[in-house]
Amino acid sequence: MHELPVTESILEIVLRHAKEAGATRVMQIDLTIGDFSSIVDDSVQFYFDILSKETIAKDAQLVFNRVPGKLRCWDCQATFAPNGREYSCPKCGSMRVQVVDGREFRVESIEVE
Amino acid sequence: MKVSVVERILSANDRLALENQTLLDAHGVLGVNLMASPGAGKTSLIEQTIDALQGCLCLGAVDGDIATSLDADRVAARGIPAVQINTGGSCHLDANMLKRALSDVPLDEIDLLLVENVGNLICPANFKLGTHFSAVIASIPEGDDKPYKYPPMYTGVDVLIINKIDLLPYLEFDLDYFSRGVEILNSGIVTFEVSCKTGEGIHAWADWLVEQVEAHTQASE
Repeated sequence: MHELPVTESILEIVLRHAKEAGATRVMQIDLTIGDFSSIVDDSVQFYFDILSKETIAKDAQLVFNRVPGKLRCWDCQATFAPNGREYSCPKCGSMRVQVVDGREFRVESIEVE
Repeated sequence: MKVSVVERILSANDRLALENQTLLDAHGVLGVNLMASPGAGKTSLIEQTIDALQGCLCLGAVDGDIATSLDADRVAARGIPAVQINTGGSCHLDANMLKRALSDVPLDEIDLLLVENVGNLICPANFKLGTHFSAVIASIPEGDDKPYKYPPMYTGVDVLIINKIDLLPYLEFDLDYFSRGVEILNSGIVTFEVSCKTGEGIHAWADWLVEQVEAHTQASE
């Protein structure tokens, strides 16, 4: 999903926080990406390497921390991880479920010097 | 040294979306983001909505397309202010584009703003615009498996409009299978079954819009 503008946003957030911290170099960027967020890690890395060339985040390691998707059953309140494409409640069989985890899409932290 | 950030990657767009919504609120305007595949009936629904709400509400529209002003022209021909956004290649509207368009919309003269997103079942779902509601229009000829294949769109919307129901007798569309797919992703979503061709179901949608505008006005007072 739009890995180029997404990567531009990541870089903007990283550089802003690095500047606030008085950093001279960014070594690592920890991203929290939920399983229900659509993002292709390789594409982000590819664009990041290009966009960060003239910045203090050049050569920073991108770490993609994936958060598993979690669903909650509207009918019996059971929470469970989706089983592949199977979203029905394993406890009561209901198809009425909601996503409670796995939509995260954020820059968690950066490692700087 | 580790620096905690905890900032959403789309936060810049979210901030602008909030500004847009604040602007709409300040003028007492309810905004709706209409999304769908190309040809599902976004512009047709706006045309039918304008006709159904004649004398009830003052409408305005913002139409988003890669090119041409075909949609804004159609809508403007029905007598309402319409602003066209040409994205020049971008496959979705974002809050920044809507912000620029809003400066050309006579917000003091309207109660309801219908924003027609670029025809696309994927990307628009990820970009808040600052409208109060979002809706997806699913049309019968597209097939009944779209909720299963495009979950982010169906998860993120407040309203589902099923269009072209006049074609149900002629096409293989299993409404139960379709509805089950929607229920999995968005249980209890407000749903309207319409035909922009015959007019069936349009008044229920229009009445709902009137209720939402009234509720929005009362909440602002």
